Amino acid sequence: MADDSGVSKPVVEEASAEQTRAAACYRPHVDILETADELVVLADVPGAAADSIDVDFEQGRLTVHARVPARQKEGTEFWLQEYGVADFHRSLQIGEAIDAAGIRAEYADGVLAVHLPKAPSAKPRKIAVRAG
Amino acid sequence: MTFWYGSRHPVQQLRRELDRLWSGFAENVGHMAEGAWSLAGRGRPPVNIWEEDDAVRVELEVPGVKADQLELSVTGQQLAIRIERPSIEEPGVTYHRRERPVGTFHRVVRLPVPVDTGRVEAELRQGVLTITLAKTEAAKARRIYVSGSG
Repeated sequence: MADDSGVSKPVVEEASAEQTRAAACYRPHVDILETADELVVLADVPGAAADSIDVDFEQGRLTVHARVPARQKEGTEFWLQEYGVADFHRSLQIGEAIDAAGIRAEYADGVLAVHLPKAPSAKPRKIAVRAG
Repeated sequence: MTFWYGSRHPVQQLRRELDRLWSGFAENVGHMAEGAWSLAGRGRPPVNIWEEDDAVRVELEVPGVKADQLELSVTGQQLAIRIERPSIEEPGVTYHRRERPVGTFHRVVRLPVPVDTGRVEAELRQGVLTITLAKTEAAKARRIYVSGSG
């Protein structure tokens, strides 16, 4: 899918610890975008409240955990149950140098957006060429 | 006769029997129009349907979708749901990963019991769409509870 979009360097990789996470969590779908100034991670975490989402960034690893409460009474029998409801969890290793202090996250309509500003060293710079 | 079943029931034989019963009243038709929920490994927008005393509830996870990107219609015992999740293309943006499904999705669900088409409510909250369809008086009366410890 997105991985064959001609990206030559692994800007984002799945963090390895993800495999060891308890199976009771769902892995949210993510989009990862890059602009000149930042990386943006969009994660689908429907059913979570903004204050029940933890976003951590440590040593280049972005971890998102969204607690999702049950929406049915306990013991509800479904006529049709095509998806389960549980917490969302995902960990991504960010290969780009990030200005950790500038990270911010917002949540609307079930989508979490994490903005990871690039560290000054990682931003593209226009180098002026002086005439000799 | 019981009309419900637990989705985690382990007994295959019973499962087959239930499937047979199920197909009689809850035939589900669903397809994608364009776009692909399957991009994320899902063939079509999944639904959960359960019953409460006075109503049937249909729930879908539609993160990022606004109310005006949803279209619902109820005809008889059939609920049709259309979901728009447009792709956002901005200049100067490179995608490293693109798992969140985009496109137009369509799902038609046949409801398990007759509903009052004039009393349908839909709520969109935190990316979860919940449609509440009031049962008809006849449908409420039709439910027969079987006692016993099974």
